[in-house]
Amino acid sequence: MNLSREWLNDYTKIDVSDKEFCDGMTMSGSKVETVSNTGEGIDRVVAGKVTFMSPHPDSDHLWVCKIEAGLDRELTIVTGAQNVSVGDMVPVALDGSTLPGGKEIRTGKLRGVVSEGMLCSLGELGLDNHDYPYAIEDGIFIMQEPCEPGDDIKKVLGLTDSVVEFEITNNRPDCLSVIGLAREAAATFGTEFHIHEPEVEGCHDGDNIEKHLEVVIDDPELCPRYTARMVKNIKIEPSPAWLRRRLRASGIRPINNIVDITNYVMQEYGQPMHAFDYSCLGGGKIVVRRAEAGESLTTLDGTYRKLTPNMLVIADAEKPVGLAGVMGGENSEIVDDTKMIIFESANFNGTSIRKTAIALGMRTDASSKFEKGLDPEGTIPAVQRACELVELLGAGEVLDGMIDVVAAPAQEKTVTLLPERINALLGTSFTREYMISVLEKLGFTMRGDEVVVPSWRSDIEHYADLAEEVARFYGYDVIEPTMFRGETAQGGWSEKQAFENRLGSLCRAMGYNEILTYSFGSPAAWDKIRLPQDSPLRNALVIQNPLGEDRSVMRTTPMPSMLDVLSLNAARRNPSARFYEMATVYRPKADSRLADENIWLTMGEYGGDADFFQLKGCVEAILKDMRIENVRYAAEHGDPSFHPGRCAVITVGGRPIGVMGQVHPLVCDAYSLESEAFYAQLDTAALRAVQSPEKTFVPLPRYPAVSRDIALVCAADIPVADLEDTIAAAGGQYLESVVLFDVYTGAPIPAGFKSVAFSLTLRAADQTLTEEHAAETVNAILAALADKHNAAIR
Amino acid sequence: MEQKLRQLREESLDAIREAGALDALEALRVKYLGKKGELTAVLKQMGKLSAEERPVMGQLANQIREELTEAIENGRKTLSEKALEMRLAAETTDVTMPGKAVQIGRRHPLNKVINEAKEIFIGMGFTIAEGPEVELSSYNFDRLNTEEGHPARDRQDTFYFDDDDEVLLRTQTSPVQVHVMETQPLPIRIISPGRVYRKDEVDATHSPMFHQIEGLVVDEGITFADLKGTLNELVHRLYGPETRTRFRPHHFPFTEPSCEVDVECFECRGRGCRVCKGEGWIELLGAGMVHPKVLEGCGIDTEKYSGFAFGVGAERMAMFRFGINDLRLMFENDTRFLEQF
Repeated sequence: MNLSREWLNDYTKIDVSDKEFCDGMTMSGSKVETVSNTGEGIDRVVAGKVTFMSPHPDSDHLWVCKIEAGLDRELTIVTGAQNVSVGDMVPVALDGSTLPGGKEIRTGKLRGVVSEGMLCSLGELGLDNHDYPYAIEDGIFIMQEPCEPGDDIKKVLGLTDSVVEFEITNNRPDCLSVIGLAREAAATFGTEFHIHEPEVEGCHDGDNIEKHLEVVIDDPELCPRYTARMVKNIKIEPSPAWLRRRLRASGIRPINNIVDITNYVMQEYGQPMHAFDYSCLGGGKIVVRRAEAGESLTTLDGTYRKLTPNMLVIADAEKPVGLAGVMGGENSEIVDDTKMIIFESANFNGTSIRKTAIALGMRTDASSKFEKGLDPEGTIPAVQRACELVELLGAGEVLDGMIDVVAAPAQEKTVTLLPERINALLGTSFTREYMISVLEKLGFTMRGDEVVVPSWRSDIEHYADLAEEVARFYGYDVIEPTMFRGETAQGGWSEKQAFENRLGSLCRAMGYNEILTYSFGSPAAWDKIRLPQDSPLRNALVIQNPLGEDRSVMRTTPMPSMLDVLSLNAARRNPSARFYEMATVYRPKADSRLADENIWLTMGEYGGDADFFQLKGCVEAILKDMRIENVRYAAEHGDPSFHPGRCAVITVGGRPIGVMGQVHPLVCDAYSLESEAFYAQLDTAALRAVQSPEKTFVPLPRYPAVSRDIALVCAADIPVADLEDTIAAAGGQYLESVVLFDVYTGAPIPAGFKSVAFSLTLRAADQTLTEEHAAETVNAILAALADKHNAAIR
Repeated sequence: MEQKLRQLREESLDAIREAGALDALEALRVKYLGKKGELTAVLKQMGKLSAEERPVMGQLANQIREELTEAIENGRKTLSEKALEMRLAAETTDVTMPGKAVQIGRRHPLNKVINEAKEIFIGMGFTIAEGPEVELSSYNFDRLNTEEGHPARDRQDTFYFDDDDEVLLRTQTSPVQVHVMETQPLPIRIISPGRVYRKDEVDATHSPMFHQIEGLVVDEGITFADLKGTLNELVHRLYGPETRTRFRPHHFPFTEPSCEVDVECFECRGRGCRVCKGEGWIELLGAGMVHPKVLEGCGIDTEKYSGFAFGVGAERMAMFRFGINDLRLMFENDTRFLEQF
């Protein structure tokens, strides 16, 4: 909403600087976005009279003019324009002047003749011929405004207004108007607020609107009220300068007197108006109804639009002539020979208007006001003001009578004033009288303890709303801050949050950078990670109105997000990358429409020293630190996303907690990853479920350990984990630990076999281990290995 | 004999003085003081001396032994010091060369900011509440005083999973507040940080997914003045105790009175600069007193209890904090971006 301060002064005189005005309005709730001046950028431009002209001696199209510009001597200025004559009053940019857009004018030579400035066109002053319809655009602006040579052009053209742009919240459509903002401004600055009662003469010639027009509201829910007046003997012409200037300051382009009046009233009262050409209206009838299936309308912007029964139209006896509250129809547009018009000032259902505007992709000034819900009492003052302006401008003769159909009368609303509750909510001690004084400034009235809410304040319905009114005019900033008291509460992380924090810390400690990725993705990702067609992971929550296919399904697996990030980093030639994410996945729930939302820890990497065992080492370290014990890594050959020979399913006590491995080369291809990539995912909820209780202290060993290394030869396909299990089972009470230290294939080991070497640590808790005990243990281990795995000592 | 001893003394001391290495010194020790050493050999001849001469020679011999022992010890000390000195000199390294690289992962800048806020609120006695991101519109809208027909509910602003617009991606973390008010005993002091979704195309300042940190306090006698005090405290802890705030009236459906909180621009300290677009203030928080209708909808007695709520966009905070000028960087996760924080 752009507000002209000059216009505002019609309703309340506010005599403070722009800065003070903006600060004051912002702090009382009407937030100022920007402030500018209508003459912004124009400096040292004056009115000048052309006293003499001669052709340029060295040019066939330039003119050398003598200009009287209020200085002690006449100026010589060269112009290329052909529309200037002696005696014309023109805008003159003097030496050292500036024009809108930052253009600077200096004395200079034009083909050998000194030119001490420039004569300006409309465009050079930031105007066009909608502002000055008598002037042409491709030539010097020959001014008809009363002025003397030397007068500042900004004064002459009235470019002295300040324009304040407000950000008005959705609950205050009343403030999308000069009058609404004037009411707020008067309450903010303590000035007098004058409301003007429009006065319409009428024709008193026996003619009456009733003889010409009938209005029927078919759908009272969508159109609670429709008010109309008519004007005859219309003379379409440009509006006067003052009106054009105010429209221009408000960001509205002047068109002609009738259109300008509707726009002026919308800006002033916040009530959108529409003018129909009566001659285009079939049957002398206006019917406000829903569009019929198959109906269409070409709107004023020349666009053909198909209508649906959800849309409200203004129709005549046969056809739609306007899209209610959004835009008029081309078939009833005001044209130069329009003789008789209908002014429509109606109240429409906001939601319906909004949905229509969205459906047709045409949000207009009118629809954006209507959609917020306007004052049903606002229709009459607006139409009266329009007619008053018609008479003021001599644009036509207003017919006697008015049609005002109230299909759904508005209810008066009251709210009980509860001063104690208001003070309790605010932490203040305002008197009841103070509260009433604030409310009355805003148009509220009192009836006993009841506050009668003015019709334009649909947002007020509760004592809390009244509290806000009182507080914002007292000043939010003046209310003294306090700290709330109450019983001491123990803040802190939940066990789950602390667990997740710890996982993140571990990943960072091991050099993984944290990433954050979108929760939704493309169904194509499932193919990229080679999920089988019948994979349950393809059953996802689908967004019905996504931002494109790429962001249409909630992720059921965190893998594609990680691969996308690896892919982006590889494409940007980052030589190596190591990432982790605490990624929520969203899987459909069987018994609910909501999702099973689980957080997975994912780790992904390429480049540097990344390989299977580097990643596995990190996974092991994490699990160890998180007290996840008895972890099994089983070879998984069937997961299509992974290298079939380099993938492990991770389980604890038979319960799967995650999977890790080398990303399948075909998946890498799909993500344009040229180097090998490694990826692990751990289900954090499962991890928490299998976490061991906190350790209790174990005394340090008092007796020395004995180390024994054993090297075996066994079939190449026996997993080391199986050998370790056998060793652990056979090792008895003295075996403290088994550490693999070598695996070797190749000569002299026969093909199909491998050599595996373990370092065993043996220790007795109660004595120094004897040589015999150690030997017995090692022999038992070797026997078991031979027995179970056919493994021979090397 | 005396002469022999004195000669031996002179000779051995000279030799010890000349010895240039520890092993040479050791050889001299053996040569003179060892069991078969020369001094020992001289002493073995003591038996041949007269009773008068014996103690005199014995004393002299002992004196020489002590003298030699000491000289050898001193020589050893000097030589080891020298040896150590040489070793250290040989081991000298260029300490200006870089250390062995240790890669420490970085926290994402957004989570850095979110975590900092969490820590501040935990310090103020808050707990962290979590809730579903796939949510019912009744929790996301209806229960928060945003009725049917409100523009926020439009399909062009909110992502829906069904044709009846009943299941959606939450557009704010406020539904968590409703869950908490429904289920937790009073008083309530929570923050609910998390992901939220709105149908905005991706550009430098918009993302269809972003993060909010919302807070809720419900207790007896909570006032708007308390809201101001608490948020001032937050701002002071985030941006320093000198930072000024500005509370402006605003509108949110589920709070009344509502406000926006501006923070004095931390770049220019309120003078006006590019960061704050000349205003001197940066819009940081939305807040207000929880609308009594919302409290009542959760079964809370508004005769006795009141509350305030506030919310802040985490991306906005992080972008200001680190001077990040393009929101897209946050979700691209370029390693060169992530390693800056």
